[in-house]
Parts: sequence; structure tokens; C-alpha cells
Amino acid sequence: MKHLLSINDLSRDESILILDTAAELARISDGPMKKLPTLRGRTIVNLFAEDSTRTRISFEAAAKRLSADVINFSAKGSSLSKGESLKDTAQTLQAMGADAVVIRHPASGAPFRLADNQWMSGAVINAGDGTHEHPSQALLDAYTIRKHLGKGAKDLAGLRVAIVGDILHSRVARSNVLLLTKLGAHVTLVAPPTLLPFGVDSWPVIISYDLDSVIPQVDAIMMLRIQQERMHEIFFPSAREYSRYFGLNRDRINALNPNAIIMHPGPMNRGLEITADAADSARSVIVEQVSNGVSVRMAILYLLLGGAPIEGGIN
Amino acid sequence: MKTVLPAPDISRAIVRIAHEILERYDGADSITLLGIPTRGAHLATRIAAAINAIEGGQVAVGTLDTTMHRDDLRTRSPKALLPTLIPTAGVEGRHVVLVDDVLFSGRTIRAALDALGEIGRPTSVSLAVLVDRGHRELPIKADFVGKNIPTSRSEIIKVNLVEVDGTDEVTIAEGGVK
Amino acid sequence: MSYLLKNATMPNGSKADLAIHDSHFVAVSSLPKDHQVIDLAGKQVLPGLVDLHTHLREPGFEESETVATGSLSAVRGGFTAISAMANTSPVADTAGVVEQVYRLGQAAGLCDVFPIGAVTEGLNGQTLSEIGAMADSAARVRVFSDDGKCVFDPLIMRRALEYVKKFDGVIAQHAQEPTLTQDAQMNEGAMSAQLGLKGWPAVAEEAIIARDVLLAEHTKSRLHICHLTTAGGVEIIRWAKARGIQVTAEVTPHHLLLTDDYAKNYDPIFKVNPPLRLESDVLALRAGLADGTIDIVATDHAPHSSESKDCEWSVASFGMVGLETALSIVIKTMVETGAMNYEAVAQRLSIAPARIARYENHGQVLEVGSVANLTVVDTAAKWVVDRDLMSTRSKNTPFHGFELPGVVTHTFFSGKLVFGG
Repeated sequence: MKHLLSINDLSRDESILILDTAAELARISDGPMKKLPTLRGRTIVNLFAEDSTRTRISFEAAAKRLSADVINFSAKGSSLSKGESLKDTAQTLQAMGADAVVIRHPASGAPFRLADNQWMSGAVINAGDGTHEHPSQALLDAYTIRKHLGKGAKDLAGLRVAIVGDILHSRVARSNVLLLTKLGAHVTLVAPPTLLPFGVDSWPVIISYDLDSVIPQVDAIMMLRIQQERMHEIFFPSAREYSRYFGLNRDRINALNPNAIIMHPGPMNRGLEITADAADSARSVIVEQVSNGVSVRMAILYLLLGGAPIEGGIN
Repeated sequence: MKTVLPAPDISRAIVRIAHEILERYDGADSITLLGIPTRGAHLATRIAAAINAIEGGQVAVGTLDTTMHRDDLRTRSPKALLPTLIPTAGVEGRHVVLVDDVLFSGRTIRAALDALGEIGRPTSVSLAVLVDRGHRELPIKADFVGKNIPTSRSEIIKVNLVEVDGTDEVTIAEGGVK
Repeated sequence: MSYLLKNATMPNGSKADLAIHDSHFVAVSSLPKDHQVIDLAGKQVLPGLVDLHTHLREPGFEESETVATGSLSAVRGGFTAISAMANTSPVADTAGVVEQVYRLGQAAGLCDVFPIGAVTEGLNGQTLSEIGAMADSAARVRVFSDDGKCVFDPLIMRRALEYVKKFDGVIAQHAQEPTLTQDAQMNEGAMSAQLGLKGWPAVAEEAIIARDVLLAEHTKSRLHICHLTTAGGVEIIRWAKARGIQVTAEVTPHHLLLTDDYAKNYDPIFKVNPPLRLESDVLALRAGLADGTIDIVATDHAPHSSESKDCEWSVASFGMVGLETALSIVIKTMVETGAMNYEAVAQRLSIAPARIARYENHGQVLEVGSVANLTVVDTAAKWVVDRDLMSTRSKNTPFHGFELPGVVTHTFFSGKLVFGG
């Protein structure tokens, strides 16, 4: 594995290796060793062409706990906002000796272009590209689900996960569908038909338009953020109507089975896709997802950068 | 390939090392055994059992993975992490005995010392190995040795333990690739 | 200059010797003594190819292509007439611009460059451009198109269809419903869903085709549909032709070969408008071309500078160059598959496009008295496409590295050997 561009880059075994490595890293950094020397002398660039405090901080913390040097390069105030092309930016990073670039970009597929050998030679980690994928988020979600519901198993065989909301524009949903099904989970997508991609019927998932019928049947429910700008694109009549049919509220929490967990990749729109009491309920693992994110990203950085440089790689 | 240490010799070596450790530290109370996974961890467990059999108590025993502290990480593909399990007493003020199967270049032990340094400050650190095959690349020396086996660099020493390999024996073979 | 072309394989498969003197085919017996003899044993001849859909980028974007470089690219691909689309800067919406393009073509002197006039001013979709003046200009424009943009307003489209009847013109429609394709990046389907790129539904193309064939029926005007890409579009054209509607349709070489699977690594070299579709569409397009539902192959040659392709997919330009690969792709997809013979190739790539656009000196039968526009192809030879060895000024071919059948060895334009030999 040279890059992490898509969950498709990972085999089932590699995915499990990342989760296992994250679990061990979580244990040792919760316990005896806060900082590891593993990536000393390595330079990791956080190239964020789109705002995302949460993911950037998570990757930065992960890199620093592994002793890497971190350079933050965000869109505002950088040459990216002055019209410099992605290619020029990549070549600049190459000249600066970046061993890895963690990229968040509004254009789907931008990390694929960055990984193009003619642009730069370092590892590329997709930290969310447009409406395509967000692999590290899916890995931390799978990690969280396995930790709570896995009963010691390596994979997620037989677990039932519902992903609810704006599937069409969600990179979190795409990566999760690929990863959770790879690990044996049964995934149900719940959304109004307008927020499901054309072609979703070829995905290995169940589609439902009725959240209430899905709720009692799942082990984990993942609520997706409804972005404000979608409101103007007439995907649904009103926020109130969306909330009524697809929001997670107290009644729906009560209909969940007793061990089910509530997830959200953040940031939340409280009152729209999730009510405050749902977000803060004992079932919610939303805050824990954030801390698991650091361990999972440490595992990704270690496995991509900790060893000998690999020529070619999976792509 | 030939067997240089059969099962009975391994058992005797473990018991002897247990005695030597007890002798050095004047009893088991202040000792923490940390085995380096995979086989070092099993050896540490066996040494601990031997100590307990002699002393009648419960000597502290755990594991210490050195993967993230190795200086040769960039020469190999990344390895899965193995567990680091530090006994609840920690390492502060303890006599830590690192346990490994084979002592060769000494780089694993250097990594273990670095890892240990992140965890705390033991009173002392010593090293127990089942086999010392020579060819040190660092100023490191074992305190407790099951058997010294002079080898050439290209020879391959393999420690088999029942817990991992189904049998107890140490073999030596002519190496192919160095 | 005079030529005697011996042992040529004619489009119908027969063997013949062809004699060229000055600009025309002549009887072998009337050749002057000092003629050059070229042995074409084993080689296929076709009437000079005619492209009804070429972007030459001049005026305005000369760094991507000029009329001269596009002409050279054309004759290397076997074309003796190309049609310069109107989306230049300034837009070809006045007699002045079309005459400029026409004269640049004559100055280059390699092939005929026939300008296509814009339907609306500045391609704005709202105001008819000076269609009559362009028709009466030295360029004698007969084909009008806002290509790159759809003539979306049905009333404007109706007026345009009616207006060009005055001089037997034709409106070439870029069928793309704009509201269904806002920010669209690729075919809407399983691949766009996977890649998270905004989809471009087939219905956005088919809805406009359906509307416009009905308008053409109502106005009894000539309509040409540019670059058909969907199986549904082929069905609509088939239906319209059965009703006697005066509609013609084109398909590009890339839509005969490539599918949206090529988008999977986000390489914008495969980003094109209209987008690459599905295997089932490709097969329907081939069947439509074979049975004549689709009248012609047109390249939609669209040169772009490397910086507009060496970037993220969503900001990259749409389009591919195609003049130098068109015939080879047709041979690969249509002839080698047994769907068409070379007589049909001559129809689809020369005779029919010349007839649709009223290019009188092109698409003629290869016989004594005809203008000597001729393409010679070694159909047994293979070549590997190398973007660095092409004559077009831009390198955005999706076929770089492909091994393709059919090498153009000679192109004669008005009796002149403009390429090969």
C-alpha cells in the first residue's frame, strides 16, 4: 500500500490490519507511551483546500504522536486560493521533500491526481475529496463499531448498520459502504429518493425510504450531516419535513434495540438530522469517534510511512 | 539443519535463568519481566512460572513491543504491532528484566530500551536471552544467557517454542540469503 | 501535377487505376507523359473524408490549435474538408468572423475549412445571429450550430430551423438540457455514483433530441443532431426517420469505442461533452451507424492546452482531439467487427457529411470528372498512437498508447498530394 485514496485500495486483511494496529496504538498511547519515535524525520503535509478543523487536527495529532514533522497548508491565505494549480502545489510539496500529503479537497478525485507519479512521489492520503470518499473516517467508524459491537471478532460479520441522510453528496457514506460491507456488515441506506445517487442499486446495500421500519433492526445507526447549501437545491421540501421523516429524535432512539449505538461523523446540525438529546444520549459514541480517529490515523500513517518506501503500490 | 538445543535443555536453561535472576535481585518482589513478542513473551511467561515455583509468589510479567522504536523500520515493509502489556505496578522503581529468544545484532534490545524509556525510569534493566549467537552491532550484552552458540553471520538460528511452533527446540541451518 | 494511382482498392472492393490531372480525376489515357506513378496495391482508397464537427480554436485560442495546424492534423487523418465550429473568440456569429476563418483555411491550403456559424449571438441562446449574412458571405455557411451549448429555448430553436430554409441550411444541435446537467461531469450511472462526480443523465440529451425532431417535423426543416451518445437517442432518431422527418445524426469515434469506465482514475483526458456512456450505448451507437440511423461519423476534434487537462477532473475542460485517429477508430469498431464495409465507411465519413453540409466538391464518387479529393489507407497496417507525434497543436487524445488499425498513407486535396507519399 503506497497511498490511501479509496477504501478500494484496501483488501479485507489490510483493513483489519489497520484496525488492529489502531487498537494497539490506542492502548499504548492511552497507557504508557504518549509519543512514539516511529516517524521521526518524516515530513507530513496537511494540504487542506477545504475547511475541516476536525479532520486536520486529528491527522496533525496522529502525525505528531508518531514524531513526524507536520506542515499545515490550508486554502485560505495560501497559494491554493490564489489560483495556483493543484499540479504546481504538488510539485512544490515534492520539492520541499514531503514524505506524505494528507489532502482534503472539494474536487472528487483530486487525491488521485496528486498521486499521479509525474506530480509528486510521496504517499497521498485522502482526507475527503468532494463527494467521493473519506477513507480514514470510514476506518474510524468501523473501528468504533468493532470496539462496541464486535465481541472480539476481527471483522464486522453479521452486524447491521444503517446510514441515514444525504447519501448522494456524502463521501463518508461511500467509504463506509465499501468498508463495512468488505468487513461483512449488512448496510442499509436510508434517505429520501432525491438524496440517493442514480446507480445506487448496484451497491451491495439495502435501500430504504422509511427510517422507522429500519430503526428497530440495526446495531448501529450513522446519521449524516445535511449541508445547508442543499436546502436551496430542492432535494426535499423543507428542513422541518426532512427532520420529521429522517431525523433521529427521542422516539426513534426509544425504538432502537438496547445495544445499538448512535454515530455521526460531525459536525452535527442539532435539530435537523439529529436532536440534541439523541446526540447526547448514552447510546451516542459521537465523541468517542473523534478520539478513535487519532488512533486510526496513527495506524494509517505508520502503515504507509513506517516501512520501506514501496514502488508502485496498490494503485 | 541441526538441533543445537533440544527441549530438555531449554527447560533446564529457563529454570537456571530463573535462579540467576532471583539471586541477582534478592527475591522476586521488585522484579518485572518484560518479554519481547512473540517468542520472548512466551519465554518471559515460562521464566515467571519458574520463579513462582521457586518463590511461591506472583512475579510481575508483561510484554514490550519494540516495533515502533526500531531503527531499521525503513528497510522493511511495515509490520503489524504486537501487544505491549505493562503490569499494573509499572516500571518505576522496578528491576526490569527484558526477555528475548535470540540476541544477535542488539538492535531489538536498543529499541526495547528506547521503548522502556518512554514508559518510565526503572531502577535497573537487565537482559535475559535463550540464545546468544554473537555478531553484536551495538554495545549490548546479555546478563542471563541460556546458551552461547557461536555462529557465522549467514547461519540461521531458529527458536521453536511449543506455544507458537508446537515444539520446543533450537535449530541451526546454513543460510541462503543473508 | 499528375498522378497515376495503380491497383487501388475502391470503396466497393473492386480494383482500379485512378488518374489525377490538376484538380480532377481524368481518364488514364488523357494523363500527360510526366505523371508520377504510385502503386497502391493492397491499399484502400476512399473519397476524401469530410468532418462536420471540428474545433479549430482560431481566432482566440491559438495556443490550442490554429486553422493551419488543424488543417495539417486533418489531412494526416485523411480529411479533405473540415467544419470549424463557431465557439471561437470572438464567436463566429458574423460574416466577418466566418470569412476570416474561411480565408485562413484557404491560406493553409491543405484542405477545405468550412466555417459553421453560430445560431445565436455570442452563443447566448437568446438572440439569432446574422445567419443570412453568414450564408451570403464568401464562406457560404450552410451549417449553423451553438455547439458546446444547446439551443435550449424552443422558440429560438424553432425560428432558427425555419430561417435556414431560405438557403437550404441546417441547424446542428448540441442536445443537452441545461438544467438537468448543471455542473455535470460525466455520464450518470453506477460509475458516477462510485466516483462522486455529478451525473449527466441520458435523458438530458434525449429530451432535447425528442423536442427538436418534433420541431423539425412541424417546421419541415433540416435538423442535424451532433454527437449522439445514448441508445435512447438512437431510438428517437430511428423513429423520426421512419416518420419522414428531415433529421440526420452524427456519432464521434470516441463514443464508438470508450465507456465511462475510463473515468475511474479521474484522468480528465476522458472528460468530454457529451460524456462517455455505457457499453450498451456504445453497442447501440454502432448498430445505429451500421444501419444508417446515424448518418455520419464526426470527430468533435476539441484541442485543449495541457494545463486545462493536467488538473482535477471537475475543473478540467471537456473535449478530445480526434482528427488523426478517427478513421482508425471507425475501422476498429465498425469494419473489424464486421458491422460495416468500406463502401459504408465512404458513406459515413465522406459522402453523407458532404451532402448534409452541401459541400459540393466533396463526397463525390471516385470517377472521371470528379474533384480529386482522395484518401489512401493501408488497412492492414497497425500503429500506436503517440500524442507527441501528432500534428494537432494539443495533446489531449484519449488514445495515447492504443494500437489501432489503419494507416493513412496519402491524402489528395483537389488533386494535390497534401499528405504522404
